Amino acid sequence: MFHAERPEEAADQALIAQPSYHTPQRGDLFEPARAPFQNLSVSPQTSPPEVMRIDGISKAFGGPPVLHNISLSVPKGSIHGIIGKSGAGKTTLIRIAGLLEKPDSGSVWYEGIAAPVHLLRGRELLEARRKAGFVFQSFNLFASRSAAENVAFPLEAAGWPRAKIRGRVAELLELVGLSDKADRPAMHLSGGEKQRVAIARALANHPAILFSDEATSALDPETTRSVLDLIRSLRQMLGLTVIMVTHQMEVVRRTCDTVSVIEDGNFVEEGLVAELFANPRSDAAKAFLKEDRND
Amino acid sequence: MTDALKLLIQPLGQTIVMILASTLLATMFGGALGILLFALSNDHFAGGRRGSLIAKHVADRVINMLRSFPYVILMVLVLPLSRLIVGTSLGTTASIVPLSIAAIPFLARIVESSLSEVDSGVIDAAISCAASKRRIVFAILIPEALPSLVSGLTLTMISLLGYSAMAGVIGGGGLGDLAIRYGYQRFRGDVMAVAVVAIVVLVELIQFAGTALANRIRSSR
Ligand SMILES: Nc1ncnc2c1ncn2[C@@H]1O[C@H](COP(=O)(O)OP(=O)(O)OP(=O)(O)O)[C@@H](O)[C@H]1O
Ligand SMILES: [Mg+2]
Repeated sequence: MFHAERPEEAADQALIAQPSYHTPQRGDLFEPARAPFQNLSVSPQTSPPEVMRIDGISKAFGGPPVLHNISLSVPKGSIHGIIGKSGAGKTTLIRIAGLLEKPDSGSVWYEGIAAPVHLLRGRELLEARRKAGFVFQSFNLFASRSAAENVAFPLEAAGWPRAKIRGRVAELLELVGLSDKADRPAMHLSGGEKQRVAIARALANHPAILFSDEATSALDPETTRSVLDLIRSLRQMLGLTVIMVTHQMEVVRRTCDTVSVIEDGNFVEEGLVAELFANPRSDAAKAFLKEDRND
Repeated sequence: MTDALKLLIQPLGQTIVMILASTLLATMFGGALGILLFALSNDHFAGGRRGSLIAKHVADRVINMLRSFPYVILMVLVLPLSRLIVGTSLGTTASIVPLSIAAIPFLARIVESSLSEVDSGVIDAAISCAASKRRIVFAILIPEALPSLVSGLTLTMISLLGYSAMAGVIGGGGLGDLAIRYGYQRFRGDVMAVAVVAIVVLVELIQFAGTALANRIRSSR
């Protein structure tokens, strides 16, 4: 068995030899002319023209795999939804894409970085993380800090001088409509305000991509809509690319341009949101649509 | 009775010096050790690696061993170390060495558990802010855990007060020594009573200050 010392290495090499991020399913699903994911022949050795690309990601936590060979590429300025039921692997996937977790195999690429970002370490890893903002369902604000100090943290970490931090924080709080709450302790904000602070914090270092893991799931319907509208307007203003994980069709319909449906760690359907609503193919997508209509 | 109160002054000073000095040393060394223990078992820091697993295992054994030593025995065992560090193995200054050595593993465990209690989502947020590990510990984890760290430090000081009562064995003086020497050996019940009351008052003061500080931090968030 001398040739199978590290099966994952062999798999990596196979990936490099024939990039598998254009899986047959995807080819079937998209008409090339209208496809948001264009048929790009990119060598994995250079940085991708997409803002972010993941190639053949697999992940297991000791047990059976949670993600099976997942690929995705997201063009600049788009809002891409990932919808799936509880336990489908959404959080695992977005954490890997957002550099909070490492894949077992496969690779993650960010625009402007010529190496797979999931392999970076030290300073280079921190630089890559500055290209990615992350917002969470539970907000995860720092309780020991005020709203403004929360937003300042990524700037402090990037070594900004104090005076510049103050200006940038004011700008960011204005962007999310919270200028008047700057000095509030983070825990004294409402859910919607907390998520706005979290969004401002995620955007502090001018990231290219905003990752959102169920950012609105802990909010009431009205606050949900206002946060989703904020995300859409930020995309417009900043040219941001957004990846949104959700289990609510409402979120996809309201916010996303394109969507992937994930089930048991596989993408079962991908396409434009309008197409998905008009003509769902997978059972999972049909189920989500039915649920959505009943709401 | 005024005689008993006069006798109190010097031992009270000795007790306060012993507690403050050993708390300071325990905070420095125990705090650093606690951060290390936390880092060795947290996956974002050094956790999950083979070397970390071994280091954590060794550190756990040493700490548990130090913590299971009866204090009187620990005090006698570290006599040579006291001589090496402070130049003498007798007196108040010498007592600070065994007190610190008893408090370091105690506080290290408290710091380890306080840091571990910080919500992992908050650590994820700090990681995604592209902060270095050092910055995450000092700018986020310690401030986030501060109320619990203050409570832990209060607990440590009160334990130290208990331990310091045994300092008489190596000529360290202090309130416990006063109570034993006068109250027990010379049948001066009044001196013993005064010494015990002073210890009780010290415990109450430390607890009151610690609780007030922790509450103040909590209510400002
Ligand atoms: N750190 C972990 N250790 C072990 N198993 C995990 C871990 N994280 C996720 N899993 C498992 O992986 C599977 C997918 O989890 P994941 O959190 O990605 O699902 P999800 O789609 O985000 O679900 P939800 O909608 O409930 O958030 C689940 O079966 C979960 O138990
Ligand atoms: Mg999830």
